[in-house]
Amino acid sequence: MVRIRVLEEGIERHFLAGEIPGFAHLSIGQEAVAAGTCAALRRDDFIASTHRGHGHTLAKGAAMRPMVAELFARSTGLCKGKGGSMHIADFSVGMLGANGVVAGGFGLVAGAALSATLRGTDQVALCFFGDGAANRGPFHENLNLAAIWSLPAIFVLENNRYASTTSTAETMKIDDVARRADGYGMPWAIVDGFDASAVHAAVTQAVARARSGGGPTFVECKTFRARGHFIGDPERYRSKAEVAAYAADDPIARARAALGAALPEDEYERICREAREEFADALAFARASSPPEAAEAFRGAYVGDRDPATPHGAFAAAEARAFVARAQ
Amino acid sequence: MSRTLSFSEATLEAMREEMRRDPAVFLMGEDIAKQGGIFGQFKGLPEEFGLARVRDTPISEAALVGAGVGAALTGTRPVVDMHFADFITCAMDEVVNQAAKLRYMFGEQCAVPLTLRAPDGIVKSAAAQHSQSLEAWFLHVPGLEVVVPSGPRQAKGLLKSAIRSDNPTLYFEHKALFAEKGEVPDDADYTLPLGKAEVVGDGRDVAIVTYGITVGRALHAARELAGEGIGARVVDLQTIWPLDYAAIADAAAATHRVVVAHEAVRIGGVAGEVAAFLAEHCFDDLDAPVVRLGAAHVPVPFAPGLQEAIYPKAPDIAAVCRDLVRKVR
Repeated sequence: MVRIRVLEEGIERHFLAGEIPGFAHLSIGQEAVAAGTCAALRRDDFIASTHRGHGHTLAKGAAMRPMVAELFARSTGLCKGKGGSMHIADFSVGMLGANGVVAGGFGLVAGAALSATLRGTDQVALCFFGDGAANRGPFHENLNLAAIWSLPAIFVLENNRYASTTSTAETMKIDDVARRADGYGMPWAIVDGFDASAVHAAVTQAVARARSGGGPTFVECKTFRARGHFIGDPERYRSKAEVAAYAADDPIARARAALGAALPEDEYERICREAREEFADALAFARASSPPEAAEAFRGAYVGDRDPATPHGAFAAAEARAFVARAQ
Repeated sequence: MSRTLSFSEATLEAMREEMRRDPAVFLMGEDIAKQGGIFGQFKGLPEEFGLARVRDTPISEAALVGAGVGAALTGTRPVVDMHFADFITCAMDEVVNQAAKLRYMFGEQCAVPLTLRAPDGIVKSAAAQHSQSLEAWFLHVPGLEVVVPSGPRQAKGLLKSAIRSDNPTLYFEHKALFAEKGEVPDDADYTLPLGKAEVVGDGRDVAIVTYGITVGRALHAARELAGEGIGARVVDLQTIWPLDYAAIADAAAATHRVVVAHEAVRIGGVAGEVAAFLAEHCFDDLDAPVVRLGAAHVPVPFAPGLQEAIYPKAPDIAAVCRDLVRKVR
């Protein structure tokens, strides 16, 4: 959680300083969900994330250097600088990508879970999503599919009370979205999303069920984002008092309180210091890395497009040469 | 050696051979396992491969394509049947924003070896929501391959290549072709390469660039024209992405007159891309403007007489070829 917090605060600073292009959405305040959930998974399990995915990516095991390099649009980034914050992925740790489309992860997770079943592995696939995604069609279609096929899937809702800038009070008639799982015959749990241990316990149970062939589970984590929808959000849709009230309930402070004497002050300070050093190192790495070469723009849409023997490869390469020549 | 097979049987053989060859291949869609597909194109597959690899699904196109993408990302090779090509519209995010994008935007960490089978085209008064030919939309989306077989031999060879392709591939199979019979090579490893057109005939007066069901109509027109002393050659594109630009350029160089024909709506169709390419790259070879033939810019009507009035058939193709050749000798 501390590593996520330090990373997110760093991203915020360097985004505002103009070093990070595009959009960036921070999960400050929601760290307990990412940390508690991913601690219940194996490295070879799959997750699909959202546009607010830095925490999930880091918690699933991605290294901070190529993550920050990706946000800085550098050639050394996880996606060679072609994805950015909203489309960051690390397949080496089973992280199937942040997704710029709200509800984009449901199908990927249902498919990854189906694939695990067909390949005869005991991997599970877990979908992070927000309350906004629960109002899109793919949520309903894929929860139903996962349920009827008893897929080894877990659906973790980060209910932060706002779909972009619109309150769930305006977008749903129910407070507990998890109740929708009943409609698909899927077991569900609701947990305090500020409490990493509670999240971990619920997800651990869901993972055990999925791994043993018991099918999918819906876990709703009640949480709150302490920052705007995106960096620079004027936040006209909620009051400072509301934010302050929730922000007072900080997941890191909660964990420290829960751990008590088990986490001495100096140990906590060491964790914070190491996280800051890790981020400083990743930042230096990103800044020292080169942006992608112009020709990189023309590669990678197809498997085989580097191979001039394939017709579209030959044509794409010719196009690339023409564009590059014009750009120079 | 070859045998006579229907288009439907040819696709079934392709499925069977690919599922035997690669245990990662599986199939899902509506009405396929117990029903055998609405055109009988999946009959017998569940008996041989089991219901885990031949899956009946709910009517949930977004989930089918989305799960197809997820399964393709993680070590399997899904074939998803869209029931009718019109219903791809219910899964456009999954096709356009997920399948087509993930490899590129994730810096080539992954591939999406997914095949979407999409029965399309005008047949038997299926009318506006069950008759469309939407292939041009997907030509416009980088990251996708688009295949349109014209007969049984092409159906088998191209479907096998689509399944073996590591890229997301849309396979548009015309509903009126399923019953059509033709010679198919016996070789169990027979495939046709994606991105390669096939040229039929060596006429030097006009080239008809086309694909899918319109190939048969063009060949019919070419026979009619031959009787009048007009030499037409037919370029069956077979895949519209990758598009075989070289074959199009060769046809223009050989005939100096080009007609581009498809059943899809003419405006904004594949013919526009072909005509633009010819204008940009083959202008000096052309003795006449390129002519595009396609369906009228209206939804497909129900009444048989209306339905038959809106899209180009053999006599229409022959007529424009005749005009082109007579006007520009």
